[in-house]
Amino acid sequence: MTYFEFLNTYGPQLLDGAVTTALQTLLAAALAIGIAVVMGLMRLSHNRFVYGAATVYIEVFRGTSLLVQIYWIFFVLPLFGLTLEKFTAGYIAVGMNLGAYGAELVRGGILSVPRGQWEAATALSMSPAIRMRRIIFPQALLKMLPPWGNLLIELLKGTALVALISVTDLMFVARKINGTTYLSAQAFGSALIIYYVMSRSVITPFMRWLERVMTRKLGRA
Amino acid sequence: MFDWRWAFVADILPRLLKATGNTVLAALLGYGIAAILGLVFALAQRTAIASVNRTVREVVEFIRSTPLVLQIFFVFYVGPQFGITLSPWAAGMIAIGLHYASYLSEVYRAGIEGVPKGQWEAALSLSLSPVRTYSRIIIPQAIPTAFAGMGNYFVGIFKDTPMLSVIGVAELMHTANAIGSEHYRFLEPYTLVGGIFLAISLPTAALLRRLEARIRRKMGLRPR
Repeated sequence: MTYFEFLNTYGPQLLDGAVTTALQTLLAAALAIGIAVVMGLMRLSHNRFVYGAATVYIEVFRGTSLLVQIYWIFFVLPLFGLTLEKFTAGYIAVGMNLGAYGAELVRGGILSVPRGQWEAATALSMSPAIRMRRIIFPQALLKMLPPWGNLLIELLKGTALVALISVTDLMFVARKINGTTYLSAQAFGSALIIYYVMSRSVITPFMRWLERVMTRKLGRA
Repeated sequence: MFDWRWAFVADILPRLLKATGNTVLAALLGYGIAAILGLVFALAQRTAIASVNRTVREVVEFIRSTPLVLQIFFVFYVGPQFGITLSPWAAGMIAIGLHYASYLSEVYRAGIEGVPKGQWEAALSLSLSPVRTYSRIIIPQAIPTAFAGMGNYFVGIFKDTPMLSVIGVAELMHTANAIGSEHYRFLEPYTLVGGIFLAISLPTAALLRRLEARIRRKMGLRPR
């Protein structure tokens, strides 16, 4: 079977898998961003309990493996009465894991905003909430964007592990094709190429574009 | 229903701890391969031959942008298709070694590029050979910059070893899966695996941070 015939036969299945991977990535990214912002801000709190809660969350999710977390959320949470469908369990685990990494980026980004900006906002008698939303966070966001680009690629790669709880993503489809045809190089090779295209031709250009837009909006172009 | 059984924990803990040995071994072996191969990748990107630079650059980008678990499958299953059969351990170590070598090559590169230009010129004017320039002047100065990244990826490899379970390496995750399906109980094995990972990765990360501070102090650099 030539590679062209292989693609003709199995291409649609691989594309279906890629769509699931893209969905998992989008949902997990949304969750990760939400968690990162909340936990990142909590890490900056002066309240010991708020700070402590965020620290425990971050250390637990960064200190254990994503695969362990996926299995735990899928197989153990039902014992606590919380049964998640495999698709849901997948993106929740990936999102919670990468959110912990993102929280440190948010914290670092906010801390990198010059002190004068905080003082100026206070001098204009802005409330802490408005100061964060209008002055500090937009500037922090611009500084965070490059590392977030890397993090989103890590997230896309992380979604490959949801195949192990039988979510029919790209990785799962590649394994299935390999199992029925033994055309390993074609099956896994095609999947590798699709992942590569998704990272380098979708995520990276998107982040570059976002950076350009943000730079312009902050008047720093 | 949720019920934690300590008797079951006592029963399975020795087996899990034994598997932890394999996990740590896999992490150390994988890191050893990655550390050496990463240096090769980093130096290959600094040679004067443009085609070598470009090729290595593309390979590193490709490996970094694709999932490790898929690479593990690829190495394990594609070999036999061409008559090369690899054991799960060998395939796993090749995949993890290659994956992290591409990450480490970036860390090394950043470290090497962080060494001031004057150091290169000084080495050149003392007519040191390229090997001596790297080994005596550049790499020792690149280490403080690179150390933090190298440490992070060491912990990273350790946390990625559960992926080896998919091709049947008998590490922690694989053992926990086996225990789970033998006894139809997943609560204790998976929770213990999480606990063991935390118990190793948190102190290791703390230790690496202290080591970094010490190296920086010894090199006369200010703490970060």
